[in-house]
Amino acid sequence: MAIRVTVVKRPEREISYLRATLKGMAITFRHLLQKKFTMQYPEQTSEPGWTLAPRWRGTHRMLTDEQGRAKCVACGLCPQICPANCIKLIPGEDEHGHRYPLIYEIDEFRCVFCGYCQEVCPEEAIHVGVHYENSEYERERFVYDLERLCAQTHPVSTLWDPSDPKGE
Amino acid sequence: MTPELKGYLLVATLKTVAGFGVLFLMIAFVTWMERRVAAWIQNRIGPNRVGPFGLFQPLADGLKNFVKEELLPGQADRLLFILAPAFAFIPSLLLFAVIPWASPLPVAFDRSFWPFGRFVFDGSVTMIVADLPIGFLFVLAMSSLSVYGIVFAGWSSGNKYSLLGGLRSSAQMVSYEIAMGMSLIAVLLVAGNVRLTALVTAQQESAWFIFPLTVSFVLFAIAALAENNRLPFDLPEAEGELVGGYHTEYSSMRFAIFFLAEYGAMITMSALMATFFFGGWDIPFTSWDQGEPSVLKTLLTLGAFMAKTFFFIFAYIWIRWTLPRFRFDQLMSLGWKVLLPVSIVYIMLIATAVWAFTSLGMTFGRPYVFALFGVNVVLLAALMWGLDRNRVVWGQRLRREGRA
Repeated sequence: MAIRVTVVKRPEREISYLRATLKGMAITFRHLLQKKFTMQYPEQTSEPGWTLAPRWRGTHRMLTDEQGRAKCVACGLCPQICPANCIKLIPGEDEHGHRYPLIYEIDEFRCVFCGYCQEVCPEEAIHVGVHYENSEYERERFVYDLERLCAQTHPVSTLWDPSDPKGE
Repeated sequence: MTPELKGYLLVATLKTVAGFGVLFLMIAFVTWMERRVAAWIQNRIGPNRVGPFGLFQPLADGLKNFVKEELLPGQADRLLFILAPAFAFIPSLLLFAVIPWASPLPVAFDRSFWPFGRFVFDGSVTMIVADLPIGFLFVLAMSSLSVYGIVFAGWSSGNKYSLLGGLRSSAQMVSYEIAMGMSLIAVLLVAGNVRLTALVTAQQESAWFIFPLTVSFVLFAIAALAENNRLPFDLPEAEGELVGGYHTEYSSMRFAIFFLAEYGAMITMSALMATFFFGGWDIPFTSWDQGEPSVLKTLLTLGAFMAKTFFFIFAYIWIRWTLPRFRFDQLMSLGWKVLLPVSIVYIMLIATAVWAFTSLGMTFGRPYVFALFGVNVVLLAALMWGLDRNRVVWGQRLRREGRA
């Protein structure tokens, strides 16, 4: 097979590599003296004008109703759509015929934080959260059970709205 | 052994240990400095957690590297794979041995150390590990030796990317070695000596060689960047294309030794630039530092030497974070079609100028050096004009457009 060689036409006149180099050096030197943008994280967790994006998808949160019960009706849509297969749901039914989750667990290690569970939920129960501090001492602690999901208090993600792509 | 011989041996040992100890400290400091300057140039802060201003970061890194697992790829050539880091590291350390780093230090003692007996020393100690009469040739020989470490590493890894990195580095280093040697021949022509301490003395008597040999310095600086595999000439490692090049397969302390070798070579090259062209440990605008040796003079001249060296190290880092990497054919054409011819023509012109000045009856000294500076200004202007018009670097002629 013949090797195809593409000859790129580059500017030949009015171009000075020397001057461009010196200009570049001047620019980098100016940046050396400029204000630094680093936030000293563990000591400093926020600064004026800094927020997480409202569309941030972090660890999950289950919303609750007025009586403090999970809004989830155990319809089974979220484990169905979950691409990472990280949601474990075993439905139960009370004497009035209301469905509720007997077991609802999310393995945050398996989760890819796509946000499909929030998008698919008919009851607006499960949400991905605007939150990023998730350290634990044991791996087992990353399987969030229903109680833990309900106890989260961080804000929930707004996800991306195709009709309002820039979030205005 | 006589007490005098023992005293001499003791001083020589201490001097060697101090010299290389300082070099190791400088390597550690430069790794920190590289990260800090890189961060500042990118509007970040950089490592600032370990110790004051993050100065102990290199220690933490070293500790981490010691406890990491050493991987030996199954397809590797065992012996060469293990030897390669040493081949890269030792030449860069040895180079430092011939660089004078301060004015002589007066030392006098007459003491007994049990069980070794009496040690006597009285005199001034030159602040150089080995004042070789062939210092300059030693520099050229050792700086080209370091290519073996990289070639061995690339070959013995049994990995195509590593092999490509090793091949690139051999081609690159061989081509730039020649330009580098050629650019230094001009220094010999003017100084008339290859001993590095003699070069420093010659510069103190007249002026820093940056003045009579400006073009030579420009060539040497470019070749030194290429010799050390620093951006814009870091093709042997080229993270983007070769995933690290010759050190892809290396981990833990073996990898760290390649890093130390790179920074050690960078420091010695900066020190050489300071020694060849910026007066070594000479303090400018005063001849006070050349008189009777004293401890204060040694310390101040050491400070001057360090300041010059660190300026060039900073320049290395600064250039690294400014310029993008060359393409391989550009690198080769810059080496063979620009630096080499320019340095050969420059040697001829300088030789002619030296001959002309000598026949005019000028002896080595200030007027002689500044007359050469005049010649250099003209040559440098011509070179820069050539480079600036994009005629030399790309090998393209403006004639094609009917402009020249």
